[in-house]
Amino acid sequence: MIEFENVSKTYGTTCVLGPVTGSIPSGGITSLVGPNGAGKSTLLTIMGRLLEPTTGRVCIGGLDVATTRGAELARTVSILRQENHVTARLRVRELVAFGRFPHSRGRLGPADREHIDAALSFLELEPLADRFLDQLSGGQRQRAFVAMVLAQDTSHVLLDEPLNNLDMFHAVQMMKRIRRAADELGKTFVMVVHDLNFAAAYSDRIVALRDGQVVAHDTVGATITDATLTDVFGTPVRVREIDGELTALYVRG
Amino acid sequence: MSATLAPARTAAPADATRPRLAPGARVAIAFGLALLALAAYLTLFTRGSFLFAVELRAPTAAAMVVAAFTQAVATVLFHTVTDNRILTPSIMGFDSMFVLMQTLLVWFFGGMILTQLAGVPMRLAQTAAMVLAATGLYRWLFSGRFGNLFVLLLVGVVLGMAFDSLSTFLERLLRPTDYDLLSVELFGRMTDVDPAFLPLAFGVCLLAGVVVWWRRHVLDALLLGRETSICVGVDHRRELTGVLVLVALLVSFSTALVGPMTFFGFLVATLAYQLTGTYRHAYVIPMAFAIGVVFLAGGQFVLQHVFYAAGFLTVVIEFVGGLLFLALLLKRRSL
Amino acid sequence: MSSAATRRPTPGGEEPSGPAGSSGETPPAAAPAPTAAVATARRPVGAGRRAANGGELASRSERDRRTRRVVGGVLIVGVLALVVASLLVGGYDITLANLFTDPGAWFMFTISRIPRTLALVLAATAMSVSGVIMQMITQNKFVEPTTAGTSQWAGLGILLMLIAFPAAPPMLRMVAAASAAFLGTMVFLAALRRIAVTTSIVVPLVGIMLGAVVGSVTTFLAGQFDLLQAMSAWRSGGFSSIVEGFYEPLWAVLVVTVLTWIAADRFTVAGLGRDVATNVGLDYDRTVVLGTALVALSTGITAVVVGFIPFLGLIVPNLVSMILGDDIRANLPWVALTGAAFLLACDLVGRTIVAPMEIPASVVLGVVGATVFIGLVLRQRRVMSA
Repeated sequence: MIEFENVSKTYGTTCVLGPVTGSIPSGGITSLVGPNGAGKSTLLTIMGRLLEPTTGRVCIGGLDVATTRGAELARTVSILRQENHVTARLRVRELVAFGRFPHSRGRLGPADREHIDAALSFLELEPLADRFLDQLSGGQRQRAFVAMVLAQDTSHVLLDEPLNNLDMFHAVQMMKRIRRAADELGKTFVMVVHDLNFAAAYSDRIVALRDGQVVAHDTVGATITDATLTDVFGTPVRVREIDGELTALYVRG
Repeated sequence: MSATLAPARTAAPADATRPRLAPGARVAIAFGLALLALAAYLTLFTRGSFLFAVELRAPTAAAMVVAAFTQAVATVLFHTVTDNRILTPSIMGFDSMFVLMQTLLVWFFGGMILTQLAGVPMRLAQTAAMVLAATGLYRWLFSGRFGNLFVLLLVGVVLGMAFDSLSTFLERLLRPTDYDLLSVELFGRMTDVDPAFLPLAFGVCLLAGVVVWWRRHVLDALLLGRETSICVGVDHRRELTGVLVLVALLVSFSTALVGPMTFFGFLVATLAYQLTGTYRHAYVIPMAFAIGVVFLAGGQFVLQHVFYAAGFLTVVIEFVGGLLFLALLLKRRSL
Repeated sequence: MSSAATRRPTPGGEEPSGPAGSSGETPPAAAPAPTAAVATARRPVGAGRRAANGGELASRSERDRRTRRVVGGVLIVGVLALVVASLLVGGYDITLANLFTDPGAWFMFTISRIPRTLALVLAATAMSVSGVIMQMITQNKFVEPTTAGTSQWAGLGILLMLIAFPAAPPMLRMVAAASAAFLGTMVFLAALRRIAVTTSIVVPLVGIMLGAVVGSVTTFLAGQFDLLQAMSAWRSGGFSSIVEGFYEPLWAVLVVTVLTWIAADRFTVAGLGRDVATNVGLDYDRTVVLGTALVALSTGITAVVVGFIPFLGLIVPNLVSMILGDDIRANLPWVALTGAAFLLACDLVGRTIVAPMEIPASVVLGVVGATVFIGLVLRQRRVMSA
């Protein structure tokens, strides 16, 4: 359960988010959608305590993000930004091992190693485990970071555009893995997704933002509609059901 | 592109990417070389009484060890906590700041302050002032307000130049006697070390070493960058402040002992990253330290006995380090 | 080389906020930026400025002309006042009254005060105009002889001449300094073409580091040949030793200024890159060589006569274009005047504050210049990220 209350972010005189209030229930996948500059990533990074809100507070699993100790929070929530670059030369396994840091403080035990192996195999990274990150393609690196977040074994996982830089094939693979993690491991995923159809196909809930405000927050069926999406994106969107999937058509307006 | 490359990469045996020599062995070899260089500097080419020569050279050798340690540790820590491998405390003007603070002290209180406060209390007071000022300034610089590391670097470099000019300016305002006292105090040189100062310097090094060893895993996690390290539960703000305090402490001792060296830390840290074969601070920092000793002791030995240019070790190191820095700056796409 | 124009995006960006407009808190770079502000901030120096849309142009040029007249008047009066002050301040008591009654005063006046003041004005012009040329060629506001390493190369040239021909006359030393400066600037420009990072900030960094490396070579050589003292005197360039018969080569600076005025547009076009320059029919290489030669000449002569004058070429053109806009050709006289005012003021401060001793003008300039420089960098950040 993630609760945010009266959260806003202002730069100088420009307000980029809020104030917004709401809550995201435990379990399943919640996608944040909206046009550029709507405040999706800002909201996500504030929830993940990477950015301090100008006002308001966020609680994740009952822990106040602003006051809880970093190590404790890191066992409850993990967050992955879209741009991740590491100055040091790390191997994939070493990166994933850092996911265990909140639990082990750097001294890996047998349980930690199990978690690392499980995360590697969950993302089918075993063949790449001894490669250096800078030897990987963008998609492979993205998978390695997701594996790190999974090894962290938190109940809540926040992902900022996990499909960024991935082609169709890898994007589908990534969403299937996230769906599987949500279903099999019972984790709560919150993610920013740009592609409406990916959001519609794999999420349980949609939070739509526009101009820093939450415009809609409901199940996929209730939010992926002509009226809501046209309103959120400011461009004509038609939703059709194709082979049982809600599909947004917006290319030709 | 990646599709065509991927099979070729997979075909390569996984062992090819493994280090050929374990990091521990590499560090051991580096320490062996460092000891060798120190021994050579201390004992070879002595004229007259052997013991006397060694006694004469011992303070310089000790200063080399301290300088190598302080610069290596300060640079690697600074790199880690600021998430880059280009900026170093010296390049960012820490050394110049120390010189400026010394000059300000004399300017405000007169040269007698140096003689009245001689010894340990003086050092401690100076160091405390330096640590406070540097931590404040650089915490502000690294607070994220400036975003781009290149901007930070430029600001730091020019800040260093400004500190230098301001020091020169103030020195010109001093009475000649004050100036004399100050210049003795300021321009410590490797070959002319105040032995009374060494025990305290060693104490600080020991303290820093213990702290770093104790925090080594957290330092490893800091390598992930601010956001990811926060994600795995590192209190980034606290670590940044802590490391900056430590760095200011180390640099102020290094500068007081052997004078400013802009590129030395950069040189040893860069080589250590290349040669250690792991990212772990438990290995990288000792490696950088050992390389530093090899450079200083070996370099001094060669300069003194091959080129007869004993006083120019730091100049040569500046030259080599500067070239390496320039090469990296031109090559890198990001810091 | 495909995108020469965007390779070094030079932040102009004075206009959107104006000198007084950049208040308020700075959002970090990650903050979503209004695109209009970014677009204006990225406009290249000079060329973009004049391409303002037509309707605005008429009223703007009218306003510009008025600003120019006011600023120009203030400047001329200021420089005149500083010149008079520079002529009258010093160890020997010279007043307007005793100048014509006391022969000693007259003697001091002609042999020391006039040369010194002229040298100040000319050296200031040389360094400011050099800054303008380099900023045009590199399309980067942060480049000038100090931040490109040119001055350090000139120093190396002087040293080599001192080693090779200790008795060389000043003329020969100037040739050595100018040649070394030319070579060094070419090395710098060649290095710029190899830069992987497309940030305007890296350009001065590369120059400063190049200068540091050259400086360490100079120090090493000077130490080996026992010339450290001569070099340190050069490094803290001062005007105290300027007397009649020594400063005259500085007059060459006027030629440089006139040539710059004539070739200003070419430098601006060359700054947009080889592709753009060739496209509009400009001989790129020849233009760059000409610009570099002018800079090397100014820097070389100044280095021999006066010494190292840091940051002047950087802050003066930037201050002028902040107030008057970026019409480089029209700005040149004001750049020269502002530079003269700046250096005269620094020299006067250095002369009076510890009288009868002196602090070299370059030391005063180093403090003021570095501060202004950092202000400029931070200000640019602010404009770009606002």
